[in-house]
Amino acid sequence: MSHDAGTAAPDGQATDGVRRRDFINIAAVSAAGVGGVAALVPLISQMAPSADVLAESSTEIDISAIQPGQAIKAVFRKQPVFIRNLTAKEIAEAEAVSLSDLRDPQSLKDRTKEGKTNWLITMGVCTHLGCVPLGAGEGEVRGDFGGYFCPCHGSTYDTAARIRKGPAPKNLEVPEYAFTSDTIVKIG
Amino acid sequence: MSFPWAKEYKPSHPAMQWLDEKLPLPRFVYNAIGAGYPVPRNLNYFWNFGILAGFCLVIQIITGVILAMHYAANASVAFESTEHIMRDVNWGWLMRYMHANGASAFFVVVYTHIFRGFYFSSYKAPREMVWLLGVTIFLLMMATAFMGYVLPWGQMSFWGAKVITGLFGAIPLVGESLQIWLLGGFAPDNAALNRFFALHFLLPFVILGVVILHIWALHIPGSSNPTGVEVKEESDTLPFHPYYTAKDGFGLGLFLLFYFGVVFFLPNTLGHPDNYIPANPMQTPAHIVPEWYFWPFYAILRAFTFDFILPAKLWGVLAMFMAILVWFLLPWLDKSPVRSGNYRPLFRKFFYVLVLDVLVLGYCGGSPAAEPYLMVSQIAAIYYFLHFFVILPIVSSIERPDPLPSSITEAVLGHDEAAASKA
Amino acid sequence: MIRIFSILAGLAFTLVLALSFIDEAVMTAKDGLPHTVEAQFHKHPKELSLSTSGAFGHFDRQQLQRGFAVYQNVCQGCHALKYVAFRDLKALGYSDAEVKAIAKNAQVPAYNAATGEVKTHPGLATDHFPPVVYGGKGNPPDLSLITKARHGGAAYVYSLLTGYEAVPANLPKDARPADGLYYNPYFANLNIAMPAPLTGEGQVTYSDGTKATVDQMAQDVAAFLEWTAEPKLDKRKQTGWPVLGFLLFATVLAYMAKRTVWADQH
Repeated sequence: MSHDAGTAAPDGQATDGVRRRDFINIAAVSAAGVGGVAALVPLISQMAPSADVLAESSTEIDISAIQPGQAIKAVFRKQPVFIRNLTAKEIAEAEAVSLSDLRDPQSLKDRTKEGKTNWLITMGVCTHLGCVPLGAGEGEVRGDFGGYFCPCHGSTYDTAARIRKGPAPKNLEVPEYAFTSDTIVKIG
Repeated sequence: MSFPWAKEYKPSHPAMQWLDEKLPLPRFVYNAIGAGYPVPRNLNYFWNFGILAGFCLVIQIITGVILAMHYAANASVAFESTEHIMRDVNWGWLMRYMHANGASAFFVVVYTHIFRGFYFSSYKAPREMVWLLGVTIFLLMMATAFMGYVLPWGQMSFWGAKVITGLFGAIPLVGESLQIWLLGGFAPDNAALNRFFALHFLLPFVILGVVILHIWALHIPGSSNPTGVEVKEESDTLPFHPYYTAKDGFGLGLFLLFYFGVVFFLPNTLGHPDNYIPANPMQTPAHIVPEWYFWPFYAILRAFTFDFILPAKLWGVLAMFMAILVWFLLPWLDKSPVRSGNYRPLFRKFFYVLVLDVLVLGYCGGSPAAEPYLMVSQIAAIYYFLHFFVILPIVSSIERPDPLPSSITEAVLGHDEAAASKA
Repeated sequence: MIRIFSILAGLAFTLVLALSFIDEAVMTAKDGLPHTVEAQFHKHPKELSLSTSGAFGHFDRQQLQRGFAVYQNVCQGCHALKYVAFRDLKALGYSDAEVKAIAKNAQVPAYNAATGEVKTHPGLATDHFPPVVYGGKGNPPDLSLITKARHGGAAYVYSLLTGYEAVPANLPKDARPADGLYYNPYFANLNIAMPAPLTGEGQVTYSDGTKATVDQMAQDVAAFLEWTAEPKLDKRKQTGWPVLGFLLFATVLAYMAKRTVWADQH
């Protein structure tokens, strides 16, 4: 990239001149490089979730109308979430299961909040390949273990929404949530 | 083809040698824009605009593809999706303003590039093909820009589409069927919007292809220069790299300063407020105007108000198209043996009048179609047609040009002496 | 050959243009230049200097909050704000809880896909301002983008709101406002279906104690509407300066590099 100045300057000066020239050229190209990299920031960032999507990253749901034994299907981050009010019988059934019998060992206590073991909040997405299991709606099939049943490939969940039979590898996911009051739960 | 003294590509790094052997891309780049491509040494800053145009195309494609990730091309949500981009998408406002003002920047650069071509007769042999491809690019740009402006589905988007597609109805016999076929309906609606989106996404890549042909065709004879005298010897040229890469880099910096100045501080100045009103087929805006880069042609379109054998509307449409299509004929209309306006005193005067004329036409095109603007645009349009269709062929045959320098080297050395005596 | 056809075509276009010109000239000589009543009486927007003006402009949150108060109390009855979401109000300085309360006060429509019924329910922060049910005369436009959709922007809005006048004595009869229209020279058609919305001082009570004169309220709501049209205005100007500064620096470097590369050629 350097080229002869063609001047009759003594060697020392010519080398200095070359070094100064190179410096300026390197500085200019570096500045362009920095500019180019900085330009990448908005180009990459624009694909990240937009403000309206982020605003829906948490949802508040009123659970006051859900009776024991009932469940509702709500939406959380555009996916189904099951909110179930467990009956005492269902709680007992879940606690009676020994952890070593489970493919994905978790107790009911692990999957619910302190003092609110009757509230089972899980994603309504089968951990096998993503279908929406049955059992949350009125009259839906609940499968052999009294929890949820996925019609796609037969994954069967128990009263604590843990996988008991079928191809699903994990229990229905429990999302991050908190009770902001006795009747409102904030998910996400 | 290049000049016999062009430097040969000799890769020093073994990795580059390997690559060049298997796929001669490094050699290709070296010979096209590297040290292996000799370029006249006397190019002025008007020669920067080709590369700037290419840069604008890249900006438009990048911001355009990004916008396409967030835009919805359905009449019921298009306007809303554009606002979603402006408000919710990370940096969406920047992408949108860059794209909208990028189109304007693209046209500023291309018009300068074209007028350089007019002044220095870049269209003359042996570069006719470069010119023909160039005018093709311009037509594709106009189509792309028109369709792009429809996409936000604002009032101007809709009514601009209505007016321009309505022009096709002026074509005798087939006009109305053609218009309905183009729109996929009887007025611009979802069918038109969707296809405009598809075509607006496609055409820039077609432009890219034609740009590659345009540069390829140029590199056969090599660039012209401000004297219009062809390259004869090695001292006439300099290797493209580093001389013109450095000069283009500086030119790019200046361009970006202006461009981002507008994007960040005057992003809506070149636009029309009516396009921030959602499209309403039941209500026409007070004045329907296209974007500024169409204004000269819009003025020509509206200048024809008199029925003479053909209806005035049809004359307007024909004239508007011929105003651009005549540029295809320039290599054969301009018969002067001299290229550069620098040595053609009579031609030069008419060129300056043309520049003024186009500015006047542009101003009229952005104004209401009423007096006094109509009469002014009629005079200006008369000059425009006389200039290309009548004056140019005649002047190029009868004028007496100034004596040309015998070579580029001579022209440059002459300037150098002047600079030395000034210092 | 081409040149002959070209000259002929050029002359043909020139002829029709000349005929058109003569036609127009004759008409203009007879009728004079077009002169509309609007052009004579219409006024250009007054000067309005907001905190957002100029290259270093930024939003004045206090003013935006006051402007929002004006919108809620005066404009919201007829004018929608559909492109603004309640959560966007955080930019005005409201807390999460305040935004939630504002949203809850609004009735937002919800469409039940199963039954096809549209009900309303109290809004959430993620909802947009709901559509406005307006049964009166005229067509009150949505105000989200009004300052970008009108020449003059915020200054136009301000001028319009403070510009209601008595009908001038020399206004031609057919330009006088009909029933249900009001004379306002800042409006393009001179007669607007909206009666003066800001009627007197104290119409809105500002929580920050600022005196709510008509002029003050008009400025505040104009500033608020400038925000609704472009919430990113702040960020835009803030990002612009470093970018232009860097580009200036890089261009100077590029120029120096160009000069050094070309040093032996000058």
